[in-house]
Amino acid sequence: MSAVIEPTTSWFLILSAVLFSVGTVGVMVRRNPLVMFMCIELMLNAVNLSFVTFARARADIGGQSAVFFVLVVAAAEVVVGLGIIVSIMRRRTGATADDLTVLKG
Amino acid sequence: MELFVFVAAALMAVVGSLGVVTRSNPVHAAMSLVLTLFGVAVLFVQQGAHFLAAVQIIVYAGAIVVLFLFVIMLLGVDRAENLRIEPLAGQRIVAGAVGAAMVGLLTAAVLTSESAVTVSGQGLNSTALDSPDANVKQLAESIFGDNVFAFEITSVLLLVAVVGTVILARRLPKQAEATQ
Repeated sequence: MSAVIEPTTSWFLILSAVLFSVGTVGVMVRRNPLVMFMCIELMLNAVNLSFVTFARARADIGGQSAVFFVLVVAAAEVVVGLGIIVSIMRRRTGATADDLTVLKG
Repeated sequence: MELFVFVAAALMAVVGSLGVVTRSNPVHAAMSLVLTLFGVAVLFVQQGAHFLAAVQIIVYAGAIVVLFLFVIMLLGVDRAENLRIEPLAGQRIVAGAVGAAMVGLLTAAVLTSESAVTVSGQGLNSTALDSPDANVKQLAESIFGDNVFAFEITSVLLLVAVVGTVILARRLPKQAEATQ
């Protein structure tokens, strides 16, 4: 019987790194504020994954509590961010992140 | 079996994340985000975080993505945008290089410090891995015990966010008359 390969802590951490980097590239490349927001969610999720991985690797439930608080703060952040996007889009339909250069004094 | 679950969930998460970045239609991007969230939730279950997996599905896939879709529909931006045009010349190449460098550096960091992060021969309290109830109990003891102050402050944060958003997004009476 061949040795069974089990996913180790490093595998989860590397997957988390990949997800985080994809999110970062998305924030840098995309111009639609809504999609940029989704990419930020992606980065938060990647970090949550590494928190849970460390919680198991270190046998410390504190990592999972941190994820809980990240979830709550992410929810609050999305609500406020979407509120701002709605009030901007109401004045300038189809605005992209580039159009907000008008904020420059 | 563990390996199969990991590979399947990791594929879901990575394909979904690439979809968020590359789909031109925001609705499709939001759907790809759901795929990623489900993949990550499976990985949470695999690591014994049963409660967080449930919360991930309910709060993220159930509430946050629905909020995104709601705003997309409300604003009528559910058209495909043209991704051919690059607003800044060379931006994508630079972003891709930065992303690849980030993956490389983080992977190198993980691989070189492997022995530092893992406590040998220990998993999260093996009973927690076996039964979801034990995980919920442990998490509850942590949140309502060690972190109870942070938990209470969270309620203030949510209240401020809700009130702030209502004020941000509402239409002033004068403004509403002007648009009519």
